[in-house]
Amino acid sequence: MLEKALHGRRGYWIWIACLILVAAVGFFFYLRQLDYGLGITGMSRDVSWGLYIAQFTFLVGVAASAVMLVLPYYLHDYKAFGKITVLGEFLAVAAVVMCILFVFVDLGRPARVLNVLLHPQPASILFWDMVVLSGYLLINIVTGWVILSCTKKEIPPPSWVKPIIYLSIPWAISIHTVTAFIYAGLPGRSFWLTAIMAPRFLASAFASGPALLILVCLILRRWGGFDAGEKAIQALAKIVAYALAVSLFFVGVELFTAFYSGIPEHEAQFIYLFAGLHGHSGLVGWMWAFAVLAAGALAALLIPGLRKQEKWLAPACVAVFASLWIEKGLGLVIPGFIPSPLEAMTEYHPTGPEIAITLGVWAVGFLILTAFYKIFTAVRGAASMPAGPTAGGR
Amino acid sequence: MTTKRRDFLKIAGASALTLLAPSLFGPAWAEDAIVIPPGRASGPTPALSARRWAMAIDASRCKEGCTDCITACHAVHNVPDFSNPKDEVKWIWNEPFSSVFPAEDHPHQGKAIQNLRIPVLCNHCDNPPCVRVCPTGATFSRPDGIVMMDYHRCIGCRLCMAACPYGARSMNFRNPRPFIAKINPDFPTRAKGVVEKCNFCEERLAKGMIPACVLACKEKAIVFGDMEDPRSEIRLLMETRFSLRRRAHLGTAPQIYYIL
Repeated sequence: MLEKALHGRRGYWIWIACLILVAAVGFFFYLRQLDYGLGITGMSRDVSWGLYIAQFTFLVGVAASAVMLVLPYYLHDYKAFGKITVLGEFLAVAAVVMCILFVFVDLGRPARVLNVLLHPQPASILFWDMVVLSGYLLINIVTGWVILSCTKKEIPPPSWVKPIIYLSIPWAISIHTVTAFIYAGLPGRSFWLTAIMAPRFLASAFASGPALLILVCLILRRWGGFDAGEKAIQALAKIVAYALAVSLFFVGVELFTAFYSGIPEHEAQFIYLFAGLHGHSGLVGWMWAFAVLAAGALAALLIPGLRKQEKWLAPACVAVFASLWIEKGLGLVIPGFIPSPLEAMTEYHPTGPEIAITLGVWAVGFLILTAFYKIFTAVRGAASMPAGPTAGGR
Repeated sequence: MTTKRRDFLKIAGASALTLLAPSLFGPAWAEDAIVIPPGRASGPTPALSARRWAMAIDASRCKEGCTDCITACHAVHNVPDFSNPKDEVKWIWNEPFSSVFPAEDHPHQGKAIQNLRIPVLCNHCDNPPCVRVCPTGATFSRPDGIVMMDYHRCIGCRLCMAACPYGARSMNFRNPRPFIAKINPDFPTRAKGVVEKCNFCEERLAKGMIPACVLACKEKAIVFGDMEDPRSEIRLLMETRFSLRRRAHLGTAPQIYYIL
């Protein structure tokens, strides 16, 4: 089936060439980072995580895209999603590959990465995050590939794949929970020390992943020769709307707790985020952009008249994706370090090489995604049989 | 039977140490000049051991502008000087009261307290978050309480830096070797990409020497000893003086005790 990714029109190859170019530039700067050390980035002793870990955190959310299709289709027999569960699974694969790459480029000693397996530490959440992420990657590669192969051969998928699909549902919950626990379990970082960290991760994941899927469906409908169906797209849009609403509610809950309790160490980071603290306001513009984009997108998605028009739906989904990229990325990671444990205000500004490496990893992710979706549309164009094993319970 | 014998040996060992300790500590403090003894001791000195190493710092004794403990520590441990806060590596340094004890600070604090420069370092916690989160076991606790780093196992993920509530850890964002003024051949230098911090001078304790910062302090502001030994100097100090620990409410059980 892989060979299907090698046949495409001119536009397809220009897009592929652009992605390879961006990835190559990123790789070039990664070699420079290997040589010089992580000092090439904007990270510092006080702000010891930056753009890379922010992308990792956000993309774990995008990987949830699969479960929002698999759950309604396989557990509730929601037939409209039958054609596109594979799209969600492939998006999850690309997102998890990006997550792993972002953790990798963030390591000070990448050559020693296998120490995590050679000296496993069950008390470390990072160890468990590696377990759940690699498991989720494997599950989605297997289920996506098997179902697509069967669609191509016009045979029903084998029965052994169904338990794996069911397993993927709790497994998707686990990747967000475990990633949230990396942050929520640290005693000295009051911005992250909140019991709703995992729920916040889940809520925003169920908005950002499906928002990207809607955009993919709209693109494939216009240029890919594949129509996911208006019913499926509208159902996804409703999922995005409610997940975004819950996500914003959770942010509001955090703000209430911090400011009504009035505990300075809980207030400080939110003041830094939205108003600036002690003359430092590096993220204020970003956070207000998040607030405006998210509120606008929520309005467009909640009003049926707007949601049903592509000219409103597409920008709303872009706004959801962009706003959560801010909120679950830099807006979550950076304020954990500002102010520092010794009350120092050290700001963080990513450097050029750091941005180039980040774009390079995104390009690799989109290369994988493009290849998978090319195969998908080629197979779909050839076969006309409905996808997926027949749904089970209701 | 066996348990009783083991207990007896433990008590005997601990008692022997308390008898030995004054003779080891005494002469070192009596020296006037800051001389950090070389790693190769003249005779075979027994290693210093304890059930729980801890440190007390009387910051009110610190002289204005004095950096003797910092200089001594950083020289002995090949700590680089990058001269910029971004790449900075530090094991012990000083901070104002308001930064070290933000919860205890208030606007009407006397000048004497406000102007203090308090030495801060790794707290060698009894319940260290950095050890808990490390995905490779590169950071670990020794039975005597020292929180240690294995520079050859660390993958540089910096989760320990996020976990430490004291900002005690430094990352080698660049190759540190060109930035070490004079390399001490008795202690390893680090490579770029690993995290490091104070090690309570475990390499000196193993050779029977007290930590470099303790030795370097002319004001005798730093006391180092076995917290589990009721006759140790640090325990006697705890009996008589009021002490504070940094962010003790977090449950990390820090083992640096501040007397102000």
